[in-house]
Amino acid sequence: MSTVDRMRWPPLPRRQPRPRAPALLAIRAPISRRATTVLVMLSVVAPVAVWVALGSSGAVDPRFLPSPGAVASAGWEMARSGQLAADAWASVRRVLVGFGLAVAVSVPLGIVMGSFQAGRAALEPVSGLLRYLPAAAFTPLLLIWLGIDEPPKVALIFIGTVFFNMLMTADAVRQVPGALIDVSYTLGARRNEVLRKVIVPHALPGMIDAVRVNAAAAWNLVVVAELVNSEQGLGKRILLSQRFTQTDRIFATLVVIAAIGVATDVLLRLLRDRTGRWVP
Amino acid sequence: MMLELVGVGKTFRRRGGPVHALDGVDLRVDKGAFVCVVGASGSGKSTLLALIAGLARPSTGEVRLDGRPVAGPGPERGLVFQADTVYPWRTVERNVSFGLELLPIPPSDLACRVTWYLDETGLTGLRHALPRQLSGGQRQRVAIARALACEPEVLLLDEPFGALDVQTKEDMQLLLRRIWRDTGTTVLMVTHDVEEAVFLGERVVVLASHPGRIAADLQVDLPSDRDLHAKRDPAFLALRARVEDLVRQYHRT
Repeated sequence: MSTVDRMRWPPLPRRQPRPRAPALLAIRAPISRRATTVLVMLSVVAPVAVWVALGSSGAVDPRFLPSPGAVASAGWEMARSGQLAADAWASVRRVLVGFGLAVAVSVPLGIVMGSFQAGRAALEPVSGLLRYLPAAAFTPLLLIWLGIDEPPKVALIFIGTVFFNMLMTADAVRQVPGALIDVSYTLGARRNEVLRKVIVPHALPGMIDAVRVNAAAAWNLVVVAELVNSEQGLGKRILLSQRFTQTDRIFATLVVIAAIGVATDVLLRLLRDRTGRWVP
Repeated sequence: MMLELVGVGKTFRRRGGPVHALDGVDLRVDKGAFVCVVGASGSGKSTLLALIAGLARPSTGEVRLDGRPVAGPGPERGLVFQADTVYPWRTVERNVSFGLELLPIPPSDLACRVTWYLDETGLTGLRHALPRQLSGGQRQRVAIARALACEPEVLLLDEPFGALDVQTKEDMQLLLRRIWRDTGTTVLMVTHDVEEAVFLGERVVVLASHPGRIAADLQVDLPSDRDLHAKRDPAFLALRARVEDLVRQYHRT
């Protein structure tokens, strides 16, 4: 250790301090409630305003971009005839069955995968691989295997979500601290009690988060599934509307798809917040 | 006679070759004793407790409780870790009742026991709180109450106050001494804090490092009714210095 060398080092340059950034631009700084409200309003209002402006200026052919008013009246007409409700229910039912089955299969398997090394070794490679196969690419195969009715549509939603949900469930289970499991054994818990009373409650908010993410995927997939041979459904309605260049109906259907998606997300988030009140 | 370790060794297989965490440990802890094990890091302190708790199996030798070999973890050997092993989704009282809920006892008996241990650990006012609303010291009190509620033959403590600030730590030390005297539970505590070991223990066992083995076993001849002033007592300071010297002497990295 020579102190001589250290003495010869030039002093480190000091950087000029920068003036503090205003709250809006400072990383993670809290912003005022008013600023939040204004930004939220802007993000909703601005796109609608652009839409209205483009429609009324006549710059875009209304056949391509119908005005909000035209979309609303098309939606009203579809709703009144009962068509919209029938289409929406057809799509929702497919999601409920396909994604419901996927959750029923993936949650127990995910818990096994996250809790047992053997489960992980047996399930992770195959599900990790299969989830990279795009579900839509299975459509032809599913049509050959399952016919043209409901089963291939339900199966598409199932295949498209089951592997993701399984891996994400396993991740949530793996977040359970090992010490918590150890201490439960020292309190007299047996293996099935550790699973039921420690692992599942601790992983529950994470598992609901996984369901939330994959519900959005299921909702995307149902539209894809309906593009091939179906009688009813929101995706089918879009396809039919395209045939007659009814862009107002396409827009109205898209609004319904978005509304159902947002409602699902809000519901699942409420559920997550209720079960996850304890999360630090 | 109660807790007994006979020739206990533990070897971990690692890529760079086997690591001998513990080697030839013989230890006897009598019923009702308060024994503190001190040692530097690498002395296998935590491994020792894991073996007694039954969370790991010794490579050699045997751990016995009342003459019977320990085969796995169980509530008769309650364990408290350094930090954050309370169930975060359970309230304080539901944490304390966890082990009791697994047993076939009437609800009124369960409630009665939980109330007693909450009171004993000063948690009565917090019984409906969630762990995230508690301080670190309060969470450790929950962990201690939860282990005690199962009426363990021996309470195992793995650096239970290691993550606490000095003032909270002293409060917890006094609390632990009081609990020990109130319940008569045998306590085996592992720590790297020599002052804590001498203040709490009736006996201090010093571990040597690499491999972990017993280097010294000293009786603490201080009055059993100790308050914080005991930490300034010349007899206490002399013993503390002696144990510190032993820990340094046997600490090889």
